[in-house]
Parts: sequence; C-alpha cells; structure tokens
Amino acid sequence: MVQTSDRRRDWYLSNFEKFEKGLNGDAASHIHAIRKAAMARFAELGFPTTHDEEWKYTDVSPIASVPFKHVLGYEPEGATAKDVERFSFGNLHGARLVCVNGRFSEKLSSAGSFSAGVRMGSLAVALRNNDEVVLRHVAKYARYDDNAFTALSTAFLRDGIFIYVPKGRLIETPIHLIFLSTGLESEFVSYPRNLFVAEENSQTTIIETHASLANNTYFTNTVTEIVLGENAIVEHEKLQTESDHAFHVGMTYVQQNRNSSFTSHSISLGGALVRNNLTAVLDGEGAECTLNGLYAGMGDQHVDNHTTIDHAKPHCSSHELYKGILAGKSRGVFNGKIIVRKNAQKTDAKQTNKNLVLSNEASIDTKPQLEIFANDVRCTHGATIGQLDEEAIFYLRSRGIGLNKTRDILVYAFASDVIDRINVGPLREEFQQMLHAWLDRAHPVQADS
Amino acid sequence: MLEVINLHAGVDGNEILRGVDLEVGVGEVHAIMGPNGSGKSTLAQVLAGRESYNITEGRVTYEGKDLLAMKPEERAREGVFMAFQYPVEIPGVSNAYFLKAGLNAIRKFGGLEELDAVEFLALFKEKARIVDMDESLLSRPVNRGFSGGEKKRNEIFQMAVLEPRLAILDETDSGLDIDALQTVARGINTLRSKENAIIVVTHYQRLLNYVIPDHVHVLIDGRIARSGGKGLALELEARGYDWVKEEADKEETHA
Repeated sequence: MVQTSDRRRDWYLSNFEKFEKGLNGDAASHIHAIRKAAMARFAELGFPTTHDEEWKYTDVSPIASVPFKHVLGYEPEGATAKDVERFSFGNLHGARLVCVNGRFSEKLSSAGSFSAGVRMGSLAVALRNNDEVVLRHVAKYARYDDNAFTALSTAFLRDGIFIYVPKGRLIETPIHLIFLSTGLESEFVSYPRNLFVAEENSQTTIIETHASLANNTYFTNTVTEIVLGENAIVEHEKLQTESDHAFHVGMTYVQQNRNSSFTSHSISLGGALVRNNLTAVLDGEGAECTLNGLYAGMGDQHVDNHTTIDHAKPHCSSHELYKGILAGKSRGVFNGKIIVRKNAQKTDAKQTNKNLVLSNEASIDTKPQLEIFANDVRCTHGATIGQLDEEAIFYLRSRGIGLNKTRDILVYAFASDVIDRINVGPLREEFQQMLHAWLDRAHPVQADS
Repeated sequence: MLEVINLHAGVDGNEILRGVDLEVGVGEVHAIMGPNGSGKSTLAQVLAGRESYNITEGRVTYEGKDLLAMKPEERAREGVFMAFQYPVEIPGVSNAYFLKAGLNAIRKFGGLEELDAVEFLALFKEKARIVDMDESLLSRPVNRGFSGGEKKRNEIFQMAVLEPRLAILDETDSGLDIDALQTVARGINTLRSKENAIIVVTHYQRLLNYVIPDHVHVLIDGRIARSGGKGLALELEARGYDWVKEEADKEETHA
C-alpha cells in the first residue's frame, strides 16, 4: 500500500521536474517558490483516502492510479473555432475566453472591447508580465496546505484565465470561459488556473464551461480564485459537462470584502468522478453570499459537492440551495459546511440540500456541518432525500402523458428552481435546454413511449 | 360504453370493492353515491388506472376494450378522464405546459396534428370561460397555491380541454361554496352531450340539483346496494344511507 502511494507521488514529482525544465527562465520567479512549496506539500500529503473526513464518501484512487501525462508539452491545437462554437451560448455576445487542455488559446478567444482598465486573458501572460494584481492575489486564497489537489494544481500552476475588473466598472455582458479537453492519444491531466479580481463597486458575471471534444479519459484539476472588493457584485456560473470518462476536481475559493455580493450557480452534469469544492470567506461586514447548485448523475457517475461558507465577520448572510438528481447507479455526495467565527454576530445563514433518487441503485450521502462559535446568529439547514411523488406521476399520466415524459416533467420541475434563480435570461434558457438534453440521455425507465 | 362486472379491488389485502356491477351507456349521466368508506373513490380511481389498488376479481370493458389492461395514460388517450377529489400540486410545472403535454399526447394517439402554442392559447382561453377560470391560473404551477374552488375549476377546465368520452368526477362538489358549485355544475352541463358519458361520484345530493343524473346508484360496503332514477338521490338526502344498508343486509340474509 505504502509502495503504491509512493509510486503515485513519484510520478507527479518526476513530472514536476520535467515541468520545471520547461519553464526556462520563469523558474527563478516568486511564483516558482510557491510552486515548489506546493509540490513539497503534495509530496507530504499524498492523495487523500476515504479515511480523511473530507473525502469519506469519495474514493479518488481511480484518479491516483492513472499515470496521467502532463499536457504542458502539447500546444493548444486540436480545437477549432467550430469546436468552440458548440459550447458557446448563441445569445451571449460578450467576451469569450478559451483554454485548451489548460492552456489559453489566443486564437480561439475573443475578448471584445472594454474600456480602460479591464484586463482579461491568459494567466501565463499576466504572470510573465509580472502583473501586480496577479502577484498580489494568486495562490493567496487557494490554500494548498490541507488539500492535495489544490497543492498539485498550485505546483503545476502555469496558465488559465485572469480577469481584472477595476474599481467602479460594470461589465454588462457575461464573460464566458470555455475549458476544453481534446482527444489526445494518452490519458492526460491539465491544471487550468483562474484568478478573477473584482475591485470595489464593480460588477461582473463570469461563466465557466468545462467540456471535452472526445469521450476520452483525462483529468481536469482546476483551481479558481475569486476576489471581491467592497460593494463588488460577482455572479459566477460553473457548468461542468466533462466526458463520461473524465475526472474533474474543481476547487473554487471566494474571498469577499465588506458589503460585497457573490452569487454562484454550479451545474454539474458530466464526468465519471467529480469533486467540486466551493469555499467562500465572508471577510467583511455586510457581505452576502448565495450558492446554488445542481448535480445530476446517471450510469456509474460519482459527483461530490463540498461547500464551505466561512462567516468571518459580523452581519453577513448566506443562502445556499443545492439539488441533486441521481439516476442509474450514480452516487452523489453533498457536504455543506458553515463556519461562524466567534465575532461574526448577527450572521444569517440558510442551507438547503434536496435530492431526488430515481433508482434503487443510486445513492446520496448528504451532510450539513455547522461550526458555530458566535452566540447571536441565525443558522438553518435542512436536507431531504426523496423519490418522485407517486400522486404527481398518476396525475400526469391520467391526463394522457406517458410515463417517461411524466418523469421528465417532474424531474425537470424538481431541478428548475435552481436554474430559475440564474439572473441572466439567455443563460437560464441554455441551462434549461441542457437539462432537457440530460433527461433525454438519462431516461431511467424505458417502459413506455 | 362502460361495463363493470363483479369488480373486486383493494389495498394490501383489504378488500374495498366487493363485486361492483355497473353499466353506463353513451349519453348518460350516472351518479354514484354512498357514505364515507363505501368505496366510491376507490371505484373512480380503479377506473382511472390507479396502480396502488389490486384488482382481485372481475372485469371492466370500455368501448369493447379491456380497460383494466390499460395503463393510466392509455385510458386517457382512449377518452377516459377522472376529475380528482384532491388535485395534485406540482411545483415547477405550469398549468398550461402540463395540459399541453396531455392534450398533445391524446391528439397524437388519435392521429391528430399536435397544436402549436398559438392554437393552445386560443383553446385554453375559450375553455377557461366555461368554468369562469381566471386565465392567470394557466401560467401558474399546476394547482400550486390554488384555492379549493380554483383546484376544482381547474379539473373541469382540463375536462373541457381534453374532451373525454367518459368523465369520472370524484367528489368534485366537495369543498365548494354555492357559487363555485353552480359554476362548476354549469361547466359540467356544458360538456354533457349525446356522445359522452359522465359518472358523478358524490357523498351529497346537492351537485345533483344542478347536474341532473339519468341514473343514481348507492354504493354500500363495496357493492351497489340500490339503483334508481334521479328521485333516489332526493330520497337519500331526506333519509340518509342507513335504510339502504338495512334493506341490502335483509336481502342478503334472505338470499
């Protein structure tokens, strides 16, 4: 056992050496010191096992056991403008930034024109230019000391998307980021690394799509850091539709200052083994955080969502609604941690997790985790696990609607209140269509027309 | 049109219907009355295809076909409709979407073109008038937050849209005030025709003041204990159900 895990570590350590060589002059930079520290930390931690409380229900040995090739040697070819179109939202006309196998593609991206001060594009380029915003924030919130995947991502930190919205700027059209994996001949890993900084009084909406051009096995280990200045408003949508054989570990770290407002929708439909961590630190009075999520599994999919809302300052509020649909033999995990620090009085936190289990072989582990150290707070949480309502099924069928269609309508209805909360109309419609497509694929019952 | 022969049905080994015989001809309105627990709603639900009931004996023929062999949606497509005693709330599904899905499934089965959004809207508006239903209820989630009266109107509205050949109205009058009762009754009468049949399941006679039945049956302990014309309903209203039960018991002893 020890030997196996040593071998797994050695694999990443030897890849790291190759990676360092490929960095050339960059290896002397400040950021490289962070990479090395993160690699050293990963070597100590190793991949987590189900003995770790944070990974109790998610066995990552399928990820650890594959010697994924590091794709930095590959140029971001293999994806065309036509491929990107497939994942674009026709009715969104804002900036579109594309990464292929973890590397930013200038060719496939269209940043549009923004007035002075807005910066968006390749994180690698920003690092090379010693962008002071990047140097100030990168790897500051994504703590790698207690998370092996964040450590690994930080060790191989090189490229991804950087977005900077200066003070007082409002970007009306959502910015769409598309992370594509291509059908390479061998199993590979990519580490898309993102940093979004929204300065005080700014406002922006950022959408992440994670998808694949082929139905191959690969590993996306992505980390996103989001910083909100005072009064900043950020809406973040993550749409995960990786290939059926993909591993996706996505860590999102949100740092909120005073009176800022962060809203997230995390929609997870793809991948064989998926883990999303979303951590929001409410680090200024009056900050608001809304986390909405929808995860759906079929076949043998395993989808795990861990959220942490850290109420670090008084008078902050958080609202969380995550819904899961588990069909086939899929497994879902939801763990919602809410921390209320000692001085975070008048915290208002509400968490809800609802799950629909559509087959006898599907399962869900759901766990609220409240750690409250203040005394004048309001925290509520609730979790439900259920099946489709038999009364409702009969009602629809008695009006002539077939069993499959009935189930589709009811599953869709269950999920729709998460999607309906998306503020951007065109995006809401895209997600509605995507859910219908998921239902067409899932069809847990084949009994009827 | 409908022939029920010696129908036995129950739940979890508990027999509720114990040999129901009923014949409904086209163009007729039948009232099925009876005290609580007599099996009225069970009969309605079994006819509509509720799968939680076990049918242990008997058969049901609808337009020459074996009704009990059909799934609920197949019955609906063949023209059977049940107005629910407790219409189900379905959050997240609009009333219009729900009914559109049903109507199109039925039309498709009947070899008719599916209706488009504009045609639906026109049809819905026309039919909503029959039961004096507020059009805003169309875009709201099915029965969600509807008052008791609105739910019952919504059932008759669905009946108006789907135009069933056999409609079973399960306690449609319960929980309605007199104004709503009259509106609903007017709706039912508008839909009554020589081509269809209606079974009105009710505890009280008051709906039958407005929807005049051709035949009245009294269901006691899972069996039709007495049948008669519309006068029987008035007699039940005046005398209650006990005398029917006593006479039925007497007959059984003699037999």
